[in-house]
Amino acid sequence: MWGDDDRLREPYARFHQWFRDEDPARLRAKQREAENLFRLTGITFNVYGRSEAEERLIPFDIIPRIISGHEWQKLARGIEQRVRAINAFIHDIYHKQEIVRAGRIPEEMISRNDAFLPHMIGVEPPGGIYTHIIGIDIVRTGPGEFFVLEDNARTPSGVSYMLENRETMLQMFPELFSRNRVRPVQNYPTDLRRSLAASAPTMADGSPVVAVLTPGIYNSAYFEHAFLADQMGVELVEGHDLKVVDGRVAMRTTRGYKPIDVLYRRVDDDFLDPLNFNPKSQLGVPGIMDVYRAGGITIANAPGTGIADDKAIYSYMPEIVEFYTGERPLLKNVPTWRCSEPEDLAHVLDNLADLVVKEVHGSGGYGMLIGPTASKKDISAFRAKLKARPGNYIAQPTLSLSTVPIFSRQGLAPRHVDLRPFVLASPRGIKITPGGLTRVALKKGSLVVNSSQGGGTKDTWVLED
Amino acid sequence: MLGKTANGLFWMYRYLERAENTARLIETGQRIALTRLDGSEEEWTSVLQSARALDAFREHNEDLTKDAAIDWLLRAKANPSSVLCCIESARQNARMVRTALTGEVWEATNAAYMETTKLLARKVSERDLPHVLRSIRQHTALVRGMTHGTMLRNEIYDFVRLGTFLERADNTARILDVKYYVLLPSASAVGTSLDNVQWETILRSLSARGGFRMEHGAGGGPLEITHFLILDRRMPRSLAFCVRKLRENLRYLDDDTPGMMPSLRQLNHLEGTYLTHDINAIFDYGLHEFIQKILQLLAEISHQIEIDFRFYE
Repeated sequence: MWGDDDRLREPYARFHQWFRDEDPARLRAKQREAENLFRLTGITFNVYGRSEAEERLIPFDIIPRIISGHEWQKLARGIEQRVRAINAFIHDIYHKQEIVRAGRIPEEMISRNDAFLPHMIGVEPPGGIYTHIIGIDIVRTGPGEFFVLEDNARTPSGVSYMLENRETMLQMFPELFSRNRVRPVQNYPTDLRRSLAASAPTMADGSPVVAVLTPGIYNSAYFEHAFLADQMGVELVEGHDLKVVDGRVAMRTTRGYKPIDVLYRRVDDDFLDPLNFNPKSQLGVPGIMDVYRAGGITIANAPGTGIADDKAIYSYMPEIVEFYTGERPLLKNVPTWRCSEPEDLAHVLDNLADLVVKEVHGSGGYGMLIGPTASKKDISAFRAKLKARPGNYIAQPTLSLSTVPIFSRQGLAPRHVDLRPFVLASPRGIKITPGGLTRVALKKGSLVVNSSQGGGTKDTWVLED
Repeated sequence: MLGKTANGLFWMYRYLERAENTARLIETGQRIALTRLDGSEEEWTSVLQSARALDAFREHNEDLTKDAAIDWLLRAKANPSSVLCCIESARQNARMVRTALTGEVWEATNAAYMETTKLLARKVSERDLPHVLRSIRQHTALVRGMTHGTMLRNEIYDFVRLGTFLERADNTARILDVKYYVLLPSASAVGTSLDNVQWETILRSLSARGGFRMEHGAGGGPLEITHFLILDRRMPRSLAFCVRKLRENLRYLDDDTPGMMPSLRQLNHLEGTYLTHDINAIFDYGLHEFIQKILQLLAEISHQIEIDFRFYE
C-alpha cells in the first residue's frame, strides 16, 4: 500500500480515503459477516487426515490488494509470453525435443524426471494445447518488478476464491466499487467454458459436451470443482460415472450413456486411468488414455504437463521462453541453484541460513526450509537431508516481497503476499482474468502463504486507469 | 442428467422429509406423554416403531425411557434415521448434487445443517425440546420452500418430488401400520377416552388434525380418519395424495422413452388396485394386510426407480 518513500501508492488513494473515514468497529463486524457468508455458501476446504466431516474456512481479509492498470498490463504481457512458451515446450518435449538437441536443457532433466510421462510421446492433443488452465505464482518486489515463483501447469486451484472473494466484497462494500473502477472477474466461468469448448476434438460438432471430473466430495478442493461445474452449467462427474463406450468416454445419465468431448479433470495424472497408470485408482476411467490418444476426447489439462512446472525445470524457464518465442523473457525468474549440480550444492550448503530450499516435486509449502527464519537445529537437520539427496532440491534467495496491509486488531498491519493470476489457453488464444488470487501470510514476518499453513486470501483489484 | 445426480436428489429429499417426520413424531410423543396422567412409556414404543427405530434402539439401550427414546430419535449417531443423521445425509447428498441445486436451496440446506448440528450438539433438555423441534421443522420447511420457489420444473425437480413423496407415503403407511388396531371398527368401543387420545396421536403425527377438524368438526371416528389418511386426495400426507404426485412426476420422466417404465407401471398398479376403492373395501380386505401391502409395494417402486434411472452402475 505504501511505497519505499512511505507515501501512499497511487492505486490505493481512493481506497485509503474511504478506509480513513470508516469506523473500525463496523469493519470488524463486516469481517465477521464475511466469515458467515463464506460458511453459509460452503466455501470451505476439507482437511485431510482429520475427521471426514471437518471443513475449514480459508481466512479472508477485507482489505483488497490493488494493482494499477498500467502495472497489470505489463504483468499480463509477461504471463502471456510465458504461457505460450510453456505450451510450445511441452509439445516439443513429447515430440522432437529440439530444445534438448540444441543443448539448452540437459537430456537427463527430461528423461530422468518423474513428471515426464512416456505415454504422451508422439500424442497430438486436440487443438494442440497441453495446458489449458494455468495459474502462475508471482511476487512483486518493487514498482513494475515481478518475479515468477512457480508455473502451475497441472491443475492450479484457487480460482473459486478469486470469484467468491469478489462476490463477498461486492455484497459487503458496494460503495467501494462505485468509487473505484475495478475490472470485473466474473466472466471467468464463461471464459473457461468457451475456452474448453474451443479445445474440443474436431469431431465434436456444434456445442461440445464439457464435464468436470472430481475425485469426489472428500477431496480438499471439492467445493471448487462443484462451483466451477455449476457456474459453467456442465456436469460434475466422478470416475464411477464414466466409462469408455464405443471408443468414447461417456457419462451415465438417467437415460443411458452420453459421450463427453472435453473433460476438465481435477484428478492427478497418476489416478486418471487405472489401465494405463496406477492400477489401484478408483478415481479415474479405465481406458480413457486410449480414447485420448485416438483423439476422441480433450483432457484439460493434458496428462504429462507436470514436466513444465517441475521446480528443477523452472530454473530453465528463461531459456525456454527465449527458445520458443525468440523474445527476451518479460518476467523474471527467481535465481535458482540446482542442488543436483556440485558447484550449486556447495554454494547452497555454505549459505543455508540465507536461502529458501524447496523439494523439486513438493507443493503446498511442505518440505521446505526457509533459512532466515529457521532454527539452527532445523538447518542442520535439513543439511543432512540435502546431502543425502541433493537432486531432490533447489534453492533460491529470499526476496524482499512487497507487503499489503491486513485488517488486524491493531488496525492495518503489513503482511507478505503473492499473486496467482489465472490464465486460459485454447486454439483461439490466451485469456488472462484481470486480478487473480492474492494469498497472504497472516503471521507477522512469515513468507509462507499456503492455506494449509496459516495463509489467507484477499480480493485482488486491477484498476481501469 | 447423471444417474448419480438423480440418486443424490432423490435421497437428499427423502432424508429431509424423514428428518421432518421424525421431529413430528417426537413432538407428538412428547405431547401425549405430557397430557396423559398414567405416565406410561408405552407410547414411546410405538413412536420408535413408527420411526422404524425400535429394534436398533433395543440393541443399543437397556431400558426404554422417554429421555433415551427422544435422544435416540434426535441425535443418535447409531440411528441412521435420527434427525441429526438425516440432516447430515441430506446435506452430504446436497453437496454431491450441488450443481443441480439453486444457490438458494443449497444455502438453505447448509443453514439447516449448521443450525441442527449446533442445536443437537448436546443432549436436549425437556425445556429446550419444543424450541429445538420447531427450529428443525422450520429449517426443513425453508429448504422445501426454496425448492418450490427457485427450482426449474425439469427432471431435477421430478426426482426431488419422487424422493419427497416416497418418503412421505412410507411414513404415513408406517404410522398407520403401528396404530392400525385403534382404527379397527370392532376395536372402537366408541368414544372411549383412550381411543380419542390414540386417534389424536395419529392425526397429530401427520399434521392432519387441523384439516380433519375442518372436514368433520368435532365428530368423525375411525372410519373417517382412515379415509382421510388413506384416500383423501386433498390431504397432502395421505397415501392417495402422495401416490398421485409420484405418478405425475414419474409420468413427466417417462415422456420420451418408448414403452412404459417398469416403475411407472408398478405405481399405476398400486394406485389402480389399492387406492381407487372406498374405505369399506379396505376394511373388508383387512386394514393391517392393506397397509403391509402398500409398504411392500412402495419399497419395490423405490427400488425400481433406482434401476430405471440408473442410480448405480
